[in-house]
Amino acid sequence: MALKLSDYKTQVHNDWCPGCGDFGIVNAIQMALAEMGVQRDKTVIFSGIGCSGKTSHFINTYGVHTLHGRVLTFAQGAKIANPEMTVVAVGGDGDGLGIGAGHFVAAGRRNVNMTYIIFDNGVYGLTKGQASPTLKLGEQTKSLPSPNTNYNVNPIGLAVASGFTFVARGYSYDVRHLKDLIVQAVKHKGLSFLDVLQPCPTYNDLNTRDWYAGVDLVEEAQKRHSRIYKLEEKGYEPVVHYADEAEINEKLTQSLIKSLEWGNKIPIGVFYKNEIISPYNERLLDKIPNYLENPPAKQNISKNGHSNTDISKILDSLEV
Amino acid sequence: MSLVDFTWLIGGPQGSGVESGANIFSRVCAEMGYQVFGKREFYSNIKGEHSYFTVRISDQKIHSNVNDVTLMASFDAETIFRHFDEVISGGGIIYDSDLDETKTDDVHTLDAPFKERLHKDLESKHKPFTIAGVLEIAKEKGVSLFPVSFKSILSSLAEETENPRLKGLVRMFNVIGVSLSLGLVKMPPDSLQKTIGSIFSKKPEIAEINQQAANYSYNYATAKFESFNHLLSGTEKELGTLLVQGFQGTALGKMACGCRFQPYYPITPASDESVFLESNEILEIIDDRPGSTAVIQTEDEICAMGMTIGAALTGTRSATCTSGPGFALMTEALGWAGINEVPIVVTNYQRSGPSTGLPTRHGQDDLLFSVYAGHGDFPKIVYASGDIEESFYDTGNCFNYADTFQVPVIHLMDKFLASSVITCKRFDTKKISIDRGKLLEKVDDGYRRFEFTDDGISPRSRLGIDNGIFWNTGDESDETGHISEDPVLRANMMDKRMSRLDLILKKISDTEQAISFGIEDYTIISWGSAKGPIIDALEMLKKEGISIGFIQLKLLHPFPSNYVSSLLKDAKTIIDIEANQSGQLGKLFKQNIGRDVDYFILKYTGRAMTSTEIYDSLKKVIQNKANKREVLMHGA
Repeated sequence: MALKLSDYKTQVHNDWCPGCGDFGIVNAIQMALAEMGVQRDKTVIFSGIGCSGKTSHFINTYGVHTLHGRVLTFAQGAKIANPEMTVVAVGGDGDGLGIGAGHFVAAGRRNVNMTYIIFDNGVYGLTKGQASPTLKLGEQTKSLPSPNTNYNVNPIGLAVASGFTFVARGYSYDVRHLKDLIVQAVKHKGLSFLDVLQPCPTYNDLNTRDWYAGVDLVEEAQKRHSRIYKLEEKGYEPVVHYADEAEINEKLTQSLIKSLEWGNKIPIGVFYKNEIISPYNERLLDKIPNYLENPPAKQNISKNGHSNTDISKILDSLEV
Repeated sequence: MSLVDFTWLIGGPQGSGVESGANIFSRVCAEMGYQVFGKREFYSNIKGEHSYFTVRISDQKIHSNVNDVTLMASFDAETIFRHFDEVISGGGIIYDSDLDETKTDDVHTLDAPFKERLHKDLESKHKPFTIAGVLEIAKEKGVSLFPVSFKSILSSLAEETENPRLKGLVRMFNVIGVSLSLGLVKMPPDSLQKTIGSIFSKKPEIAEINQQAANYSYNYATAKFESFNHLLSGTEKELGTLLVQGFQGTALGKMACGCRFQPYYPITPASDESVFLESNEILEIIDDRPGSTAVIQTEDEICAMGMTIGAALTGTRSATCTSGPGFALMTEALGWAGINEVPIVVTNYQRSGPSTGLPTRHGQDDLLFSVYAGHGDFPKIVYASGDIEESFYDTGNCFNYADTFQVPVIHLMDKFLASSVITCKRFDTKKISIDRGKLLEKVDDGYRRFEFTDDGISPRSRLGIDNGIFWNTGDESDETGHISEDPVLRANMMDKRMSRLDLILKKISDTEQAISFGIEDYTIISWGSAKGPIIDALEMLKKEGISIGFIQLKLLHPFPSNYVSSLLKDAKTIIDIEANQSGQLGKLFKQNIGRDVDYFILKYTGRAMTSTEIYDSLKKVIQNKANKREVLMHGA
């Protein structure tokens, strides 16, 4: 029996603030899972800590709410051990790009076949609005005692530079577009990254829903003018088509340049996609030929309660 | 009574092949039927600092090193300066005769505190600060000196074999040192040739050159020097004897007991275990397709721990291997595994702390840290192996404990064990039983991961099985795994998890909790690698008619208070022996059993205990001459 959207929802009470951008993201994830018809017990959502960390409790698949900054480590361990799982990791921008930045970079290098979604709102919401890594230098959101003294991380640029092979940005109030991006990300062969702009109505009074919608620009332009535009509508071509250094470098550079656009024009959509670089499971296959048929989670390790592993050859080599 | 008790020491700058020299020597001795106990000491350095290996051999079972060196093979000045006084009267020193005039100040790797002590000693004996000076002291003590020009050996060898390349091959000093030693003790030469052949089996050319050098040096020693006091002709070899290195016990244990996932971050002295696992990643499985261990080098220990847990959630037996500093980084996630009841094993090869401490040196420093690792109360097991052979079987047990009780298990090993090479009985995989506890293969509807049960342990689903959906969270949760801050539920969940500590003590057999080597008026309590030197020291005392008891604690958390108190009820004096500064086991003992330790014998120089030191200090205890804290200092 085909699964409905409601099958991917739990009954857990959602205690996010009214108007929170996170609702759009969790809806988009559920819609994407329903559209792909993924088997619920072959899917797992890993989440970090903070408001976004609660996401895994709202989705009716396996759900693992991990530690601050460590979501990618748990998720990669599970995916490598059981490659038949569909793995989606989610977390905030402080989680992934502050405390977890080292794992972010290392995960890119590994390119494990899974998806990572960052809920990007520029603040640490659950601890009452401190500056997060994506808040711009000199900006002062409402609970900051003084303007932010740090330069911001560029999530798209960092992902591309770290080796993520699918890098995209979505907007939490464009749920359909976001759902499409999630479907592409999950289907991508390799590690996919989605930076989702997500207004925090409680603590980020700068990058609000109205700000993204360009309400403040109305007077200047004499008409409503959203800051957000879609790359695909501008003929942007993110895909690396063949294994050629010049081709890869061109697409990488293009995405880096595009990632710097901010202010009155903010691009969303796919910045970079490269399925030529081998995902981690293929790299493991080079070492362990039957890894995919007999991955760690599927291996039979005992017979009648005793070890079935034959280490006698190694012992022979140590015997005198 | 032991007829052969011979200690050979080889030293040289790091990178000069000290380890492979010792490997050849140990293998030859083991092939010739001797029991071997070898241990490597080295600096945190790649090339140039002093490294040495002591190999003790006997025709009896041995478990430790002793202070005395019978024969020292040196090819640099530093080894002589640092170790000349360890060689016994009647023993010998092979040394490079070109070094006679080398002064202590010429050896830039001799550190100031050591030089100061040495100079004081030389001054008091009116000797110059040179190799000739220290060797005179040795000679006066009754040590035989065997001067050899290593360079001229290479030149003659180059001529004899018409291979001029050999002349400059200082890399072969180690093989020359080993072969001179074996020539001196008249060990039959065939096993030397065979061993070199097998060690370099993948590089026949190198094997050949080394075999020529070995042959030449062996004959050189027998022809040039008069008979040495100590001869080794071999003894009957026990069938099924392994020559293993410390880290191989836990690695082979992991392969045998079905650990199929090991992420790790490089750290001394733990990484050798992971590298060995990866070098043998494809596994033969009886009546099945090949298995494998996914060994993943991570960006840090935090990731290693996260991945270990993530893989464990899929039902895979997973572990990581680290040392103190790395374990410190893992503790936040350890608590996550605790609250989510995830079975994992952390193998901790301890070293000297705090902080970076002595990164390549020994210490049983992490006992209390392991017991208390992580914030908040959660159940865990801390288990310690006493030797390499034990560590193989204990590894299997640790995974069974993790699965049965659904708790993280910290398996304590240490640097002494990791860098020891010993002969022991071939590991028997048939003794490795596998118990996955309440891990489910099939799940019915209405599954709740943290369901309250009579024994406090809930059936465990895993990621990817039909109907097995569960939620985990580091927050307190309800039975389904969703966040809950209900006060009553919180108390019940805490009690459910912590009740496991009693269950663990009830279910783990006495002999797996602690091993009694006899109880006497004076009884030792100890744990981990101190076991070997203690057993040998007790054997020495026994020969003098002195009996001392010994309990080796293996399960350190939860502490087996009942069993240990019942064992100790007739012991009058308790002696705690361990390799740390504060007597950590003594503290744990007092806390759990309420009894004071009477004497502490402690060592925290970063060097492993020898049985000689323990013997000496136990004698002081018995003669009522010991301080409450006896601190051991032997070893360069």
